[in-house]
Amino acid sequence: MVVFDDVSFAYGEQPVLRDLSLRIDRGQVVAIMGGSGSGKTTLLKLIGGQLRAGSGRVLVDGDDVTVMNEAQLYGMRRKLGMLFQFGALFTDLSVYDNVAFPLRERGRLPESVVRDLVLMKLQAVGLRGAAQLMPAELSGGMARRVALARAIALDPAIMLYDEPFTGLDPISLGVTGQLIRELNDALGGASIVVTHDVAESLAIVDYVYFLADGAMVAQGTPDEVRNSTHPFVRQFINGEPDGPVPFHREAEPYAAALNLERP
Amino acid sequence: MKRTMIDFWVGLFIALGIVALLFLALKVSSQSSLPASSSYTVTANFENIGGLKVRAPVKSAGVVVGRVAGISLDPQRYVASVTMKLDDRYRFSRDTSAEILTSGLLGEQYIGLEPGADDKMLKDGDRITITSSAIVLEQLISRFLFSKAEEGGTAHTEK
Amino acid sequence: MTNPVSRALQRLGAPVTNTLIKLGFACRFLWSVLKASPFALHRFSLTMREIWFAGVLSVLIIVVSGLFVGMVLALQGYETLVRFGASSSLGVLVALSLVRELGPVIGALLFASRAGSAITAEIGLMKATEQLSAMEMMAVNPIARVVAPKFWGGVISMPLLAALFSAMGIFGGYLVGVQLLGLDAGSFWSQMQSAVDFRLDVINGVIKSVCFGIAVSLIAVFEGYDAPPTAEGVSGATTRTVVTSALVILGLDVLLTAFMFRGI
Ligand SMILES: Nc1ncnc2c1ncn2[C@@H]1O[C@H](COP(=O)(O)OP(=O)(O)OP(=O)(O)O)[C@@H](O)[C@H]1O
Ligand SMILES: [Mg+2]
Repeated sequence: MVVFDDVSFAYGEQPVLRDLSLRIDRGQVVAIMGGSGSGKTTLLKLIGGQLRAGSGRVLVDGDDVTVMNEAQLYGMRRKLGMLFQFGALFTDLSVYDNVAFPLRERGRLPESVVRDLVLMKLQAVGLRGAAQLMPAELSGGMARRVALARAIALDPAIMLYDEPFTGLDPISLGVTGQLIRELNDALGGASIVVTHDVAESLAIVDYVYFLADGAMVAQGTPDEVRNSTHPFVRQFINGEPDGPVPFHREAEPYAAALNLERP
Repeated sequence: MKRTMIDFWVGLFIALGIVALLFLALKVSSQSSLPASSSYTVTANFENIGGLKVRAPVKSAGVVVGRVAGISLDPQRYVASVTMKLDDRYRFSRDTSAEILTSGLLGEQYIGLEPGADDKMLKDGDRITITSSAIVLEQLISRFLFSKAEEGGTAHTEK
Repeated sequence: MTNPVSRALQRLGAPVTNTLIKLGFACRFLWSVLKASPFALHRFSLTMREIWFAGVLSVLIIVVSGLFVGMVLALQGYETLVRFGASSSLGVLVALSLVRELGPVIGALLFASRAGSAITAEIGLMKATEQLSAMEMMAVNPIARVVAPKFWGGVISMPLLAALFSAMGIFGGYLVGVQLLGLDAGSFWSQMQSAVDFRLDVINGVIKSVCFGIAVSLIAVFEGYDAPPTAEGVSGATTRTVVTSALVILGLDVLLTAFMFRGI
């Protein structure tokens, strides 16, 4: 349902994605892993058409996002749901109204149906009791789950999750993982999960892509990944500091920066 | 904030604003320029209009009956041609005289109409023939001084 | 950059080109706000909320300032007029200066600092916390849902606030002139009424305040939408809203006054 075809993207002069190709089919849940700043969030924004690729094509349900006009983009986004990395809850609306927002804005539903749907979604993320709170009164993990409930409110065919697991306790983490999987199976759509949580995501996804510095370095099914000998993958799933993934962003030598080296 | 509360306050706000506008319209100002439909136009020539301005009032017996609509110079005779719009309710005889007067010593100038005795009334586009010009203060003073000086002069020669 | 036009632009310097780019963006932005306006006015409860924010919450400051400005005008005007024995024209002086100039201008300046800055900060923060992005991803156009109602809320509130300011100012002038200085109430009102023309003074004042309302609301929503998504970005945008609005209000006032009251 989502296809990247040789996509490159740059913020001004700084290249972020390089010649990226991937495909996600109907019914699949796909994880995208990679270090911080490797371009994962950027990739999701390309799918939503909030950023436009410099070259290459991004196909969503067969239509090229890169050549759509404003109206077509809004039409395409009706098939999408996105969980933002930082939640992006509407701070002037209560939890209930946040989850109801997409239902009220997009569907012409009677208020009683909206109410039932909202309570269902909040129940799914375990926060029905927090319906009347304001976003400022939520903890980080609760806000994230409310954002998740809002993202799935309209049961979109294509779900984009930007780090759904960060900031969750182990119990909500497991429940959220199951929810993502079940939702995808029930709707028969496609889901993209951007994550750092190797163990949890390997348990629920069908396929994994590894991203480093804007390029695809490895891919495979969870089983292939677990048994992989690829140094990048090994380093990533075992969390080793040394290996092909540099922990440090490129910079001048540390000693030189601290003026330790005498000429 | 509940929806009905917002509705209430916004309603109150808009009502207040409209009351303020009505206050400005009814209590503070007046509709001085008469609507074109209920007025008729007459012209009058003056030798000198002094400080008369467009929109200055036209009064008869102290009552405002119209406004000055336009002032121009007649290029043939070098007199000021003043058009005024008068309220339809007020009709004046054809031998009405027009005079430029000043309210108070330094006040605004206006046109005073003094009705005559003719049976025929002024119609739209007519001209008022009997006019007297503005009293220009400088001329008045210089005339006064001049006559004083003359008096003084004759007194001198008499001596 | 061999093109002579772009070379000439380069020589003008980055500040000028940046300003022009911003101006062009502002025009495009105004167009998209206008395109989205039928939606905002159709779902009037959204605009209602913004009238509450921009208008109702500004009433107090407008009423109090209007009252004080009118009182000061009357006190100062009396000092001058009484020397020419024209103290009965005090009402005229107070009413004309309020209705023609001070109501629309001071009203708009207060509106810009009270409501304009709040609008900018709100939109800027929504942008910084990705709330606008989230809306876009839900296929809800944030310009239609957030920006246009705020714009129209401001445009509708401004003339009402300016009228309130003028009315309160005239009332303040009445308090000082008639109640405090002991002028005759009858001549205060009647002189005022005969000197203030409805069409020329009151309506022109309202037209002015509508123009100011459009200008301030547009600046406020635009600066918020254009703000860099950071804390400094939003605070800078808020300041710019107040400063730019003040300059634009005063500049527009000169222009409009020149058009309306020339040759009278
Ligand atoms: N608005 C922007 N302007 C310029 N550069 C940006 C912008 N947003 C992101 N970048 C850069 O693009 C690169 C990729 O950013 P992105 O947000 O996609 O990373 P990410 O993979 O989501 O990282 P993380 O896991 O930390 O969320 C980073 O190097 C970042 O510096
Ligand atoms: Mg990210």
